[in-house]
Amino acid sequence: MYTQGLNQAVEDGGPEDAELLARFQAKIDREEKIEPNDWMPEAYRQTLIRQISQHAHSEIVGMLPEGNWLTRAPNLRRKAILLAKVQDEGGHGLYLYAAAETLGISRAEMVDRLLEGRARYSSIFNYPTITWADIGAVGWLVDGAAIMNQIPLCRCSYGPYARAMIRICKEESFHQRQGYEAISRLAEGTAAQKRMAQDALDRWWWPSLMMFGPSDTDSPHTGRSMRWKIKRFTNDELRQKFVDAAVPQAHLIGLEPPDPELRYDEESGHWRFGEIDWSEFNEVLAGNGPCNRERMAARRKAHAEGAWVREAATAHALRKQARAAAAAE
Amino acid sequence: MPDALTAAYALRLGDDALILSHRLSEWVGHGPELEEDIALANTALDLLGQARLLLACAGAREGRGRDEDALAYGRDVLDFSNLLLVEQPNGDFAQTMVRQFLFDAYAVELWPRLSASRDEVLAGIAGKAAKEAAYHVEQSAAWVVRMGDGTEESHDRAQAGLDLLWPYAGEIFEADGVEAALAEEGIAVAPSGLRGPWRARVEAVLDEAGLAPPEGAGVRTGGRQGRHSEHLGHLLAEFQFMQRAYPGAEW
Ligand SMILES: [Fe+2]
Ligand SMILES: [Fe+2]
Repeated sequence: MYTQGLNQAVEDGGPEDAELLARFQAKIDREEKIEPNDWMPEAYRQTLIRQISQHAHSEIVGMLPEGNWLTRAPNLRRKAILLAKVQDEGGHGLYLYAAAETLGISRAEMVDRLLEGRARYSSIFNYPTITWADIGAVGWLVDGAAIMNQIPLCRCSYGPYARAMIRICKEESFHQRQGYEAISRLAEGTAAQKRMAQDALDRWWWPSLMMFGPSDTDSPHTGRSMRWKIKRFTNDELRQKFVDAAVPQAHLIGLEPPDPELRYDEESGHWRFGEIDWSEFNEVLAGNGPCNRERMAARRKAHAEGAWVREAATAHALRKQARAAAAAE
Repeated sequence: MPDALTAAYALRLGDDALILSHRLSEWVGHGPELEEDIALANTALDLLGQARLLLACAGAREGRGRDEDALAYGRDVLDFSNLLLVEQPNGDFAQTMVRQFLFDAYAVELWPRLSASRDEVLAGIAGKAAKEAAYHVEQSAAWVVRMGDGTEESHDRAQAGLDLLWPYAGEIFEADGVEAALAEEGIAVAPSGLRGPWRARVEAVLDEAGLAPPEGAGVRTGGRQGRHSEHLGHLLAEFQFMQRAYPGAEW
């Protein structure tokens, strides 16, 4: 069964050695890490390149909605926290690009794919940060959802990815706590602040739930990714974990998630939630979210305007080398 | 006991750091390369840290119950005392880096000297800032050289940035009664004494970069006395928006 799946995935690489495949799978089954120089099926490599680069792009694009409030943070402490967070996200992008590069793709190629619209980033960053409360909501819910997704990735079978995730998860959980603290402050503040906080929850709740991806029944790669231990839990399992954590956090500060069907199921101990509007998810994925165009335009502009800077650095480095070589003669 | 002179001095230095940090924070997410985005954020964060300590110190010495936020968000243009240099717009990356280098080359001379201040609070802040400034100037000087000695385009952009910003550099070394009186007591550093070492470093870097200060450029001053360029009001309108829209709210 799984060899069939693999053969399908390896489209132009030709059939792969069954013995190598068996050894590869056995290694994963023993919970040993796959390292860059180890043999791996082409589909495993391509799956990881897609996933890690998508993750890296998300960190970078994610700097934009939060960066939107860097110049308007309401006090100096919040400004410092936000600046540090956005800087962390840039750092996450760096580690992840580096992890993906171990699979034989350059960062420049990955960035080109993003800018040409051939690679995705997390759709959540196509939503706007309209008020300051959104900064709290993003930290609490978006970083919170990211952690749910990423903690299992710390045990991913691919060594460089797993190690990058360990470092990143520590910072993400810090971001989550700071975001929750920021929105809590609003929830216990003036009427205007409470309104801002509830409004942010109203807008970010469903998109955060969508961050876990399509429902298991509609998720094509789940089986194979689970077998390869790139994925440890299904989308729906992770989504449920997130809801179970976030609902009591909302209630604790007097906020209510915008879901009339939300109820606690005593028997299972889970919070049951209403139907997700996947048509919205698909619209945003198709490029029709509120900020898709702005986000990509901002990335393309930064890249285009940075071209002369990157060229200058290269030209100077070459000239310096040439001078050093001339001096050595 | 209120100490208006030290308060004014700390406020000047704090305003420099605050406004420059704000300018750098405008770049974050839009830098020419990921590494530069992170570096710009990092410098902005260091400067913000310095600003917070200095404003808190100014507020304490002033003795009117104003904390860092009251000072940062509650004053209008006339009461800001930063150098005109740091409020100038980012422009392109060359303009930003030239501005940064001209400032860093001053900061790296100021802070080590101020770390010997007889005022222990200022000395402590300066000790920390000295380490940061040493790193900042290394980075900004490297960029000035890279751009000056890079491509024709980068050279021209760096030279244009220098032409634009050079007139604002002279203000760094101006002193009025505040610095003079405090320097006398061993509390402040007299800015005039920093001109020589600043000039030496700047000339060496510009020389390596193949750049030259503009001839006959005038000197633009007034920031220390609250006479600012048009740019500061716009910066404050954005920076102070939340505190103005929701007076008295806690964040
Ligand atoms: Fe991140
Ligand atoms: Fe984060």
